[in-house]
Amino acid sequence: MKKLEVFDPAMCCSTGVCGVEVDPVLAQFAADLKWVEEHDVAVARYNLGQEPQAFAANPAVLKEMEAGMDRLPILAVDGHITTTGMYPSRVQLAQKLGLKLDTADKPHIKAGSGCNPKTGCC
Amino acid sequence: MALLDVRTRHLFFTGKGGVGKTSLSCATGLALAESGKQVLIVSTDPASNLDEVLGVALCQSPTAVPAAPGLFALNIDPEAAARDYRERMVAPYRGILPAAAIQSMEEQFSGACTVEIAAFDEFSKLLGLPETTAQFDHVIFDTAPTGHTLRLLTLPSAWSEFIDASSGGASCLGPLAGLEKQKALYAATVAQLSDPRSTTVVLVARPDVASLREAERTRGELAELGVSNLHLAINGRFIPQQAGDAIADAMHLRGNEALAGMAAGLRTLPQSVTPFLPRGTVGLASLRLMAHPEGAQAASPAAQPALTLPAGLVPLIEEIAATGHGVIMTMGKGGVGKTTVAAAIAVALADRGHAVHLSTTDPAAHVATTVGADLPHLTVGRIDPEKEVAEYTAEVLAKAAPNLDAAGRALLEEDLRSPCTEEIAVFRAFAREVDRGREGFVVLDTAPTGHTILLLDAAEAYHREVLRTRGEMPEAVTELLPRLRDPDFTRVVIVTLPEATPVHEAERLQGDLARAGIKPFAWVIEQSLLASGTGDPLLAQRGEYEIPFIRRVAGELAPRCALLPWRAEVPVGVAGLRQLVGG
Repeated sequence: MKKLEVFDPAMCCSTGVCGVEVDPVLAQFAADLKWVEEHDVAVARYNLGQEPQAFAANPAVLKEMEAGMDRLPILAVDGHITTTGMYPSRVQLAQKLGLKLDTADKPHIKAGSGCNPKTGCC
Repeated sequence: MALLDVRTRHLFFTGKGGVGKTSLSCATGLALAESGKQVLIVSTDPASNLDEVLGVALCQSPTAVPAAPGLFALNIDPEAAARDYRERMVAPYRGILPAAAIQSMEEQFSGACTVEIAAFDEFSKLLGLPETTAQFDHVIFDTAPTGHTLRLLTLPSAWSEFIDASSGGASCLGPLAGLEKQKALYAATVAQLSDPRSTTVVLVARPDVASLREAERTRGELAELGVSNLHLAINGRFIPQQAGDAIADAMHLRGNEALAGMAAGLRTLPQSVTPFLPRGTVGLASLRLMAHPEGAQAASPAAQPALTLPAGLVPLIEEIAATGHGVIMTMGKGGVGKTTVAAAIAVALADRGHAVHLSTTDPAAHVATTVGADLPHLTVGRIDPEKEVAEYTAEVLAKAAPNLDAAGRALLEEDLRSPCTEEIAVFRAFAREVDRGREGFVVLDTAPTGHTILLLDAAEAYHREVLRTRGEMPEAVTELLPRLRDPDFTRVVIVTLPEATPVHEAERLQGDLARAGIKPFAWVIEQSLLASGTGDPLLAQRGEYEIPFIRRVAGELAPRCALLPWRAEVPVGVAGLRQLVGG
């Protein structure tokens, strides 16, 4: 079973309600994680404000944070960091985890993957 | 009847800061103890002056009050509890995690929600664990949990989602991770609170419109949660001993009108009325007077105040006018006169030929909304917090709800009812208004708290550096944050009343702003009876009671200080505001 770990920056709320603008990426990402879990991936999500021990215990994550807090969020698959500084879309998650997207999932992708082409993340 | 007839073991006193919750709790507790009961008074108000009122140094376990057999009290500071918790969480990671990480963790534990939940945690230990208070016949709390806290804790999804860490949880519970162990205790506490045989919730209000409106809002919220054993305590009802003094007659009339206009929901509640007491409520003798006001001695003639009163608004306005542009924000708790002060400053600046935009959030701000048409250079805008919250809520739900199941949606909706949400929603409107006045002056009667500013600062950096989203942060907001911190651009005016609790609360506000890197420009002391020129013996006596508070503000807290007298007439329109400014 694959393992996906998400290291979030210190957030007041995972819903993003406390931001100046609602962040659709956060809501979508939460939904995407649920989808990933349904596909037999163990997901662990750590918020810096609430679970600092997970960050402190992971030398690779610490190294990234020392380079800059903008490296958060960090995603690791089976202990290897795969993404820093952004929340990947469902398509990208599927790629990194070797999951297959079935047709039923596709409408979601269009609705929510909040990725800016300019950033080169898509 | 001056105090309520106590029929339950638990009593909670709730109301806005400064209405007299602590005084009434103590007077009620003392009366019960003197009738032979064993009574424990508990304060969880961070601004509590319970020690001072009872004349005994208190700690976190019951301490006997000397000279009052049977009366015990304890003081819990939920901010200290939240701070201890924060330190326990953060300390082990100093030197391990980068400094920036430590800082962002600390801010998470400094919000209103964390303190709210920490306070509830303390209530629970006393209310949900019967053995901790077994020796007492009555337990009296001088604060009550807010409707937001109670709703959050009774929402099953808040708990289930919270425990299931992988999908996050309720934002307001988040900062106190580890709470799930308390679930049963919290459930017992909520059950006790809503059981009319064991608990009475006392809504404390002053006989004024704003205070009674707040009591009605709380009543509605508690009723929705099934807390129905309520009592209304009107505190500080003033009836002059003889007519003829303009100030005394006006105060009497204003009280009459406010009580006559009280909402139907309040009118039907059991009620007690405690008269206006000029000398404050410090000490057991004063507390006994609350229960037996007929025992009050006639006042001795007022001595001359040994104090030079601070000047009015003119020196502040001259200094602001000289700078030619910028933002002026009046801050303070509800009912202290922020809107009046903001409107007076705006009119005075416009009179000096400056372009001014005045923006208010006060729904009853006739004083501000009626001035716009009469004065060149002045424009008036309004922020309606209810409308802003409704729009923001609808926007969030529209964006997020399609991806959520029913439980997730309920949780998000509760998050949206938190005090933070209103702050954020109003902040967005506030940013809009500030942006409108790049030229000249902008005067606002509302301002975000230091916590909001820090959170938004973090959010902004987060958006800009991390997500690089498509410019979702409104430009007005990005530009606003640095401006708020620039003392040459933004001038914060703290408005307070010359009384114990309002000064204490304003002092806390100043500390909160300091955390966000904002230093207030000036303080304004509103509604001073000392400066009102009243000849009424009771009110003149009250005026003298203001002296130490005026001294503290003018001498220690405020970089600049102005003082305004209590006025017989509410200032109306431009003429009324000009009169208020004087000069």
